[in-house]
Amino acid sequence: MFRRVLIANRGEIARRVIRACRGLGIETVAVHSEADATAPHVRDADVAFAIGPAPARESYLKVEALLGALRASGADAVHPGYGFLSENAAFARAVGAAGATWIGPSPEAIAQMGDKAKARRLMLEAGVPVVPGSAVVPDEEAAVAVARNLGFPIMIKASAGGGGIGMVPCETEADLRKGFSSAVARARAAFADGAVYLERLVHGARHIEIQIVADCQGATAHLFERECSVQRRHQKVLEEAPSPAVDEALRRELGAAAVQAARAIGYYNVGTVEFLLGPDRKFFFMEMNTRLQVEHPVTEMTTGIDLVELQLRLAAGEALPFTQSELRQSGHAIELRVYAEDPAKNFLPSPGTITKLRWPEATDVRVDAGVVEGSKVTPFYDPLLAKMIVHGRDRAQCIAKARAVVGATTIEGLKTNLPVHGMVLDDPAFQRGEITISYLGALMQRQRGH
Amino acid sequence: MATEVEAQITGSVWKIEKGVGDAVQEGDVLIILESMKMEIPVEAPCAGRVSEIRVQEGASVEEGAVLVVIA
Repeated sequence: MFRRVLIANRGEIARRVIRACRGLGIETVAVHSEADATAPHVRDADVAFAIGPAPARESYLKVEALLGALRASGADAVHPGYGFLSENAAFARAVGAAGATWIGPSPEAIAQMGDKAKARRLMLEAGVPVVPGSAVVPDEEAAVAVARNLGFPIMIKASAGGGGIGMVPCETEADLRKGFSSAVARARAAFADGAVYLERLVHGARHIEIQIVADCQGATAHLFERECSVQRRHQKVLEEAPSPAVDEALRRELGAAAVQAARAIGYYNVGTVEFLLGPDRKFFFMEMNTRLQVEHPVTEMTTGIDLVELQLRLAAGEALPFTQSELRQSGHAIELRVYAEDPAKNFLPSPGTITKLRWPEATDVRVDAGVVEGSKVTPFYDPLLAKMIVHGRDRAQCIAKARAVVGATTIEGLKTNLPVHGMVLDDPAFQRGEITISYLGALMQRQRGH
Repeated sequence: MATEVEAQITGSVWKIEKGVGDAVQEGDVLIILESMKMEIPVEAPCAGRVSEIRVQEGASVEEGAVLVVIA
């Protein structure tokens, strides 16, 4: 097992990884920007290194600065968390070249899945169903020709994209002609790569993803599904496990497809295969996230498996400690993402200082927070403050508990999306499990209409 | 009568979309701010001509700071 792990991240996920390391007796090394010098993740770690100014480009995204901290700290492994450089194959490779272990999959697997158009092709070859779509389209005319074949509506997507960035929905050919060049420009600006491809829009679809775990000896299993359809601007807001739309037979199919996807690229460590699930129960591969997901706790709460501890063990060369047939889902879990944003101002980010903070205290409630009372929430990083995860014996009880959790939480000094969670949990359609990826947008629009 | 257009949020100036002397319509995007990984457009509250731009791309701005003046 590792002696000392450097966590190349900040906020709640850095603290989460530190907790898992503690449990295994591993020393922890934090890194921080100037804006985060007194952040909770810095205080939690055994040692900390300053890596640069506040903007992420000059600190958490700066490979040289992180490698400097790695050398200076003597850490023998790096956990990248999610976001930042977690899906950067070059960084993963550089960590290996520096003599440390990357707690994640191989750089090759990261690169294969990071190129979304290539990943589509690989999955097609592996027999995994993908959304009807195209390879990279070179120009507007080619895009129009492809789109006529696919049928509208379609979505323009950046090949190097992710996190919903650079996606342009087109209802008609006119939309496509209007949006094509700006989609290319945005892809180039965001990812330094203007390659785009097209995908048919699947109406009434849900976002369902499968947690994959695999060891370096080739054993691969899945830890069932997460339902992540409650989204706004392609960002997940509330996740749950299991999905109210997935029965045992569909779960087996989804799980088998995800395991097939992972095996096709020789995947090891933990990862997530994202699918669109249509109202006709047909499902399509969207992408694979080659890292730990934000919403991993709903899987932990329903399977009893500590995914970060497992990541550390797998990266250290241990074998999977279970087989597929030994795994069970138990009860229901919901994660509420708490964002610093103002629902009354169309979800504008809401930086500021947290003047009062009271998390709910109850059994079956877990809070993974990146902030404490007095924390200054800066405009430099993403607005996720914390995740509140609730477990119940079934979905109805879990929803009721989650509702109580929202009511028992106090965050003052800045605006948060907590009222939105209250609205969703109170909504009869949500309670009936009638959610698609357009659900939250439509709910918010209805609320504004009143 | 000059109109001062303020930042509605603390963040940084990602892009300046208009130049001094440009004619603008109400609702035109003048500047795009970046905060917490989101792009936030700052729109012209009225029609007129841009008489002053008080920030540069990349600059940090506080909520309420004057970004642009429309005459």
